[in-house]
Amino acid sequence: MLLAVLGVALLAPALPLAHPDLTSPADRLKPPFSDGAILGTDHLGRDLLSRLVWGTRLSLAVGVTAALLAAIVGSAIGIVAGYLGGRADHLMMRGVDMLMAFPYILLALAIVAVLGPGLLNALYAVAVVNIPFFARNIRGATVAIAHREFVDAARLTGMSGLRIIGSEILPNVMPVIVIAMSTTVGWMILETAGLSFLGLGSQPPQADLGSMLGEGRKLLITAPHASVVPGVMIFVIVMSVNLLGDGVRDALDPRLRSGALSRPAAATRVERTDTPEMKPTGALLEVEGLRTEFQVGPRVYRAAGGVSFEVAAGECLGIIGESGSGKSVTALSLLGLVASPPGVITAGAVRLNGRDTLSMTGEQLRRVRGGQAACIFQDPLATLHPLHTVGDQMVEAIRAHRPTPRREAREHAVSLLRKVRIPNPAACARSFPHELSGGMRQRVGIALALVNDPDLIVADEPTTALDVTVQAQVLALLDELRRERGLALVFITHDFGVVAQLCDRVAVMYAGRIVETGATQEVLARPRHPYTRRLIACVPEPGRGRRTLDAIPGLPPSLDALPDGCAFAPRCDRAQAACRGGEIALRRDGAHSVRCLFPEGAAT
Amino acid sequence: MHIYILKRVLAVVPVLLGLTVIVFAIMALIPGDPATAILGSYATPENVARLNRDLGLDKPLVQQYFIWLENLLHGDFGRSYSLNRPVLDEVWERFSATLILAGAALVLCTLWGLLIGIWTAARQYGWTDRLLTFVVLIGISVPSFWLGLLLILLFAVELRWLPASGMFAIYGGGDLPDLLRHLILPALTLSVVATGVIARLTRAAMLEMLRQDFIRTARAKGVSERRVLYVHAFKAALVSVMPVIGVQAGFVLGGAVYIETVFQWPGVGRMLVQAISTRDILLVQGGVVVVSACYVLFNLLVDLAQCWLDPRIQT
Ligand code: SF4
Repeated sequence: MLLAVLGVALLAPALPLAHPDLTSPADRLKPPFSDGAILGTDHLGRDLLSRLVWGTRLSLAVGVTAALLAAIVGSAIGIVAGYLGGRADHLMMRGVDMLMAFPYILLALAIVAVLGPGLLNALYAVAVVNIPFFARNIRGATVAIAHREFVDAARLTGMSGLRIIGSEILPNVMPVIVIAMSTTVGWMILETAGLSFLGLGSQPPQADLGSMLGEGRKLLITAPHASVVPGVMIFVIVMSVNLLGDGVRDALDPRLRSGALSRPAAATRVERTDTPEMKPTGALLEVEGLRTEFQVGPRVYRAAGGVSFEVAAGECLGIIGESGSGKSVTALSLLGLVASPPGVITAGAVRLNGRDTLSMTGEQLRRVRGGQAACIFQDPLATLHPLHTVGDQMVEAIRAHRPTPRREAREHAVSLLRKVRIPNPAACARSFPHELSGGMRQRVGIALALVNDPDLIVADEPTTALDVTVQAQVLALLDELRRERGLALVFITHDFGVVAQLCDRVAVMYAGRIVETGATQEVLARPRHPYTRRLIACVPEPGRGRRTLDAIPGLPPSLDALPDGCAFAPRCDRAQAACRGGEIALRRDGAHSVRCLFPEGAAT
Repeated sequence: MHIYILKRVLAVVPVLLGLTVIVFAIMALIPGDPATAILGSYATPENVARLNRDLGLDKPLVQQYFIWLENLLHGDFGRSYSLNRPVLDEVWERFSATLILAGAALVLCTLWGLLIGIWTAARQYGWTDRLLTFVVLIGISVPSFWLGLLLILLFAVELRWLPASGMFAIYGGGDLPDLLRHLILPALTLSVVATGVIARLTRAAMLEMLRQDFIRTARAKGVSERRVLYVHAFKAALVSVMPVIGVQAGFVLGGAVYIETVFQWPGVGRMLVQAISTRDILLVQGGVVVVSACYVLFNLLVDLAQCWLDPRIQT
């Protein structure tokens, strides 16, 4: 559409049209579709179609010129301010802010008032009022790269500031300039047309779309077509420019394609082909063959690939693995909390007290969440609502499950805050999350999980963001609560030290699968899987500082291209050809299971 | 909190000052002899000389500015030669009309913008979303002055439901219902573009917030999906939408220029256009200063509301 408009505008001189300014008093105000004038004529008998084409040409030219002008001046200011930084930057940006303190069109009017009406002056005015927009955006982009290595390198080679801007900065901020232009060109066409409409832009006989509309308006009632037609044209142009702008922006925004801009549904999508048979084990939580995938476009990332485990009442299971091992996804899948899209649960069952959470309706699931089963998350600054007080958030959780008078709920909340040993619980309930320290926030997170006396708590790396002493306190608190209340705990972590302190049993995950599981002491003392052994070797010994899991050479496999056979083979020092041959089962040996063909401690 | 509010209020002072500097600077840029420009080319030499003296144009520019500013602070905006009355009186009278129009439009666009934004975000990629997103795109692309004309044609000329122009009926009008009847079309027209912009940003902000971790927490607590959307996500989204509403106030105040012309609404905007064509520079100056100051003050209000809504700002 835009192309058609552009084409017509460019070809205007070559088209077989009547002269746009040719008046013919006899043919005044002919309606559209009459002989010789498809769109009719105006009050001077001029052919509207021809005037429309010429007017479009003029409007487009003016709008685009204004955009270019604003882009060049604004970008220059933005780049220089961003590159120089400091005082100059401050001064320039204050000036720009001042210009932005004006209502947009008013500033343009003031400029036209001074320069006098006229199309060129309108163009200047519109360009000037758009300069601040460019200056700000481009400055932001420049600041972001002004201290990157390649710019510093150029500076060290003694390049002059001007050359650095030209050769290093300009090419890098160009996309931002293009986006800014594509989003403003529509406005500028609209604004110049508007000024002309008010009689402050193009002066007769010269006519752009705005002034045509302005002239047509005087005859609104007798000859509506004279004002409707140019308006449609402006509308079509601006709309196509805006569409184009959206397209440009979307094309340059990688988040859109990855699906990261989609709204996550209330619960993870479940698309199972079959539901595993019930074979009650009497455990509180039974997970069987759980498979959660991230489906991004044509790619499928298998984050959890058939995970099974159970947790008895009052028991603590640790799930341990590197980031990307699928441990968090597994934990979140239990209550359908994996963001969807892109997450989809494609197989398995999760039975809590014998009921499958994956086949629950939204309302059933809502009752379970925060009721029978609660969650504690990693970083409570991001996971607590920033605009509600701690107390309100707890009260809300209570009232979501039990109709309780507000006051009573509040008292309960405060008593729980005291329970998790927050020094001044009443004051804490009145605070916002950002006002508390990290350790306090995590205690709040724990109290929040306790409000409805759950049977099960799923804790997703609750201590990772805390420093070591606070971490120990929080762990001790969790352990105490668990024993006191008979809570079952699923504890996600990447730290074997934490597992050793808290968990009865442990499951080690790698590339979306459990590779070893057993009683904590047993696994710690006699790890069978080579990966587990390496993980344990990473546990910091007292007084030797922290070591992380990165100490294992190599990277976990990418989850959209998992190898056949053992996923750990590329990093394993015991790997043999058979390891890559095919599916390896989790083999049981008493209470200790391992998914490895050549486990540690066996003859190779 | 009180200190923060005080700081925000004080921060407005330099902005207002800067505003007067810019207006003054633009006026100083008038090519040729300002007095002639102000009085028009038919002015008598005596008048030019008198105005030159009145304006203190024989003094240095900086001093001129301070004299002008002092007069402004005393409410002396000079005299409009085309209307032959003090600028301030005229601006004040007109400004109340503009405030009614712009205020109504601002209420409309805020309400509808937020509503549409929430609806579309809640039904992302559903057909309501697609439809409304398309309508919004039309809304932000349509030239408001043209839309006004179309509405006049439809509702005033064809259907004869609503008056086409003015603020009150010439005969027998003057009461509130009469004002409202006259207000509907211009306020609606004026609000369309801003509604679109606010709706778009609300939708984007809602979707952004719905991906935040605290939404997952709310769901993990067992909060109903309605509350998740309309309380948790919306409140958080509002924090980023509020400044946009402030900016839109500028577009609405500015857009009033067109709408007042189309609907012959007796506001500052139409006054400005007339003043520009009659080259009544002092009147333009006065109008621009008053409307811009109002915009700055409105944004101060938005700032303060923001600080009430978001406790993180104060620290
Ligand atoms: S199966 Fe083979 S490659 Fe995999 S962990 Fe065991 S020994 Fe290593």
